[in-house]
Amino acid sequence: MTASVFEPWNDPEAKPLIHFQNVTKRFGEFTAIDNLTIDIYEREFYALLGPSGCGKTTLMRMLAGFETPTEGKIFLAGQDIAPVPPNKRAVNMMFQSYALFPHLSIWENIAFGLKREGMAKADIQQRVEEMLRLTRLEKFARRKPHQISGGQRQRVALARSLAKAPKLLLLDEPLGALDKKLRQDTQFELMDIQEKTGTTFVIVTHDQEEAMTVASRVAVMDHGKIIQVATPDRIYETPNSVYVADFIGDVNLIEGTARPTGSDTYAMSWHEGLPPLKVQSPNSLSDGQKCHLAIRPEKVAINAEKPADADNAVQGRILDIAYLGNISTYHVELPTGAVIKAQTANTRRIARRAFTWEDTVWLSWTATAGVLLAE
Amino acid sequence: MMRRFFLIAIPYAWLLALFLVPFAIVLKISLSDYAVSIPPYVPQFDWAEGIGTFIAQLDFENFIWLTEDDLYWKAYLSSLKIALISTFLTLLAGYPIAYGMARAPDEWRPTLMMLVILPFWTSFLIRVYAWMGILSNEGFLNQFLLWTGVISEPLTILNTNSAVYIGVIYTYLPFMILPIYSALERLDGSLIEAAEDLGCSRLSAFWLVTVPLSKNGIIAGSFLVFIPVLGEFVIPSLLGGSDTLMIGKVLWEEFFSNRDWPVASAVAVVLLLLLIIPIVLFQRNQQKQQEAEQ
Ligand SMILES: Nc1ncnc2c1ncn2[C@@H]1O[C@H](COP(=O)(O)OP(=O)(O)OP(=O)(O)O)[C@@H](O)[C@H]1O
Ligand SMILES: [Mg+2]
Repeated sequence: MTASVFEPWNDPEAKPLIHFQNVTKRFGEFTAIDNLTIDIYEREFYALLGPSGCGKTTLMRMLAGFETPTEGKIFLAGQDIAPVPPNKRAVNMMFQSYALFPHLSIWENIAFGLKREGMAKADIQQRVEEMLRLTRLEKFARRKPHQISGGQRQRVALARSLAKAPKLLLLDEPLGALDKKLRQDTQFELMDIQEKTGTTFVIVTHDQEEAMTVASRVAVMDHGKIIQVATPDRIYETPNSVYVADFIGDVNLIEGTARPTGSDTYAMSWHEGLPPLKVQSPNSLSDGQKCHLAIRPEKVAINAEKPADADNAVQGRILDIAYLGNISTYHVELPTGAVIKAQTANTRRIARRAFTWEDTVWLSWTATAGVLLAE
Repeated sequence: MMRRFFLIAIPYAWLLALFLVPFAIVLKISLSDYAVSIPPYVPQFDWAEGIGTFIAQLDFENFIWLTEDDLYWKAYLSSLKIALISTFLTLLAGYPIAYGMARAPDEWRPTLMMLVILPFWTSFLIRVYAWMGILSNEGFLNQFLLWTGVISEPLTILNTNSAVYIGVIYTYLPFMILPIYSALERLDGSLIEAAEDLGCSRLSAFWLVTVPLSKNGIIAGSFLVFIPVLGEFVIPSLLGGSDTLMIGKVLWEEFFSNRDWPVASAVAVVLLLLLIIPIVLFQRNQQKQQEAEQ
């Protein structure tokens, strides 16, 4: 037997833990969540990504019980949760604003939920110590929230929501205020906790790398709608729209018209006098349909000579070079005036770089490197 | 430097002129002896005799007298009791009002605030007189209760301690409401949500989060009621009965009925000394609150 992959969303038998059924939330005239239907499965690490104000927090607040949907229903383990008050839901939320109790010490903040459960004193002590250790706050246990730094406060909020080990944890930007090192460590801690306890996580983040690292699936939202839900690699490799392609990572977008040449192969004409681009793409397009070719910078190779066997090759002139340490991004201007970004790993020292400003170079990529996206 | 000096000098000059000097005068009278003269006490300061003889004539007789007649300490204790009970009752009445105001929609708040402050626009004395009209045997309250049939005999409320409590609560309610309201208004609603999220019912979230976070407001409001009620004179003399014993009333009678200024002044000085304790505590609370806000 092969090791089974965790993909409950592909299993028609699997029952989702959370099911949003055509949920709409309006604040007065304003629609914050717009006819949204999603499934989140048990043990998932579900990341919500989207621009500020797109409704991520509102979605979480509905799950936690602080907002009721204007229309539609939310099911938790098959049960409509509308009549269940927040304190009766097996859900804990880490607030974007942290919402730490200012009159209680860090220790008491973390113990707050445990005491409400009526846990034994010794067990509370042990659990709080564990959480403090996990978030590296042992030294601050006796302080009040206003006596610690912003990042430390964020960790207290995280510890407080983790302490009760709920079935479902909602984390609203849990790691935004932490430095990179601590953030990565905490990400792995979270993944570890999830492995151990089987908790389902829904996490809001503005950090794509974080979403990519921790998430089993990523949901990209815009204006209260889900644009795409998929695994991190699929979101990255095969975005379903220009919006998602542009939102996640860096992307080159080339406009043109598609002409099918096979079942999933296309020739995209993009500029008069230049050969059409060969693309193999899963999204089906009709003949003559306006579209964009989305291609990631790291999938574009840069060479001094025209590569002989490349599916696509265009010539251009280096406009700018962005040195990012491990990689460099070349901004290459095509004769059409468009600027294409190409990324290469810096395997050599910067002084021995092959290209410099104003060099004429060839950019090339394979037919499968990009995807075609309808307008 | 000069500017700062002037800025500080103004409040101090104010304090000196309006508090310390009058207090010194009262203290001086309290150390004098009763006399049938105008003003009704001796010694009077006389430039010819000099300050030495003048001070030699002062004594603590009046203070000793206060400890000898049990009327005074009974009046102090009774005032203390009435002040404590009415502070508590005002808190019970004021907290829900402040809470309701803080939870009301934004556009309502200025109006509600206005309603709380509105009574200050008419004279305090007139308002207390109005209560006499309401509470007397033929008053509105009794007429209303008789009319609804709840009672068959008019209730005697006026000229009892109950009337004093009613008057005090009515008069001092805004002093309780405003500081509590300002504490509750600042309370971050997401804290209540966090408490509920962590398993609190509405009620326990109230006790565990809302009340502790409005503690400073409660303390400030309680002192603002307790301190003036302790020396209250108008309400007990207009609404209270002959058995309502309050030090403010005793003071008034010593002063105007007995014309014994020295004893009245001694009563006032002791009252002030008693009040210093809660005033200092009140100041501490305010200071702590300010520090917490920074
Ligand atoms: N109580 C409310 N009343 C009116 N409008 C609201 C309310 N709560 C949220 N909104 C609006 O709903 C929209 C979605 O808000 P939400 O807090 O869910 O955004 P978000 O995706 O979490 O954004 P961010 O990334 O900045 O946290 C916003 O435009 C916001 O102004
Ligand atoms: Mg948000």
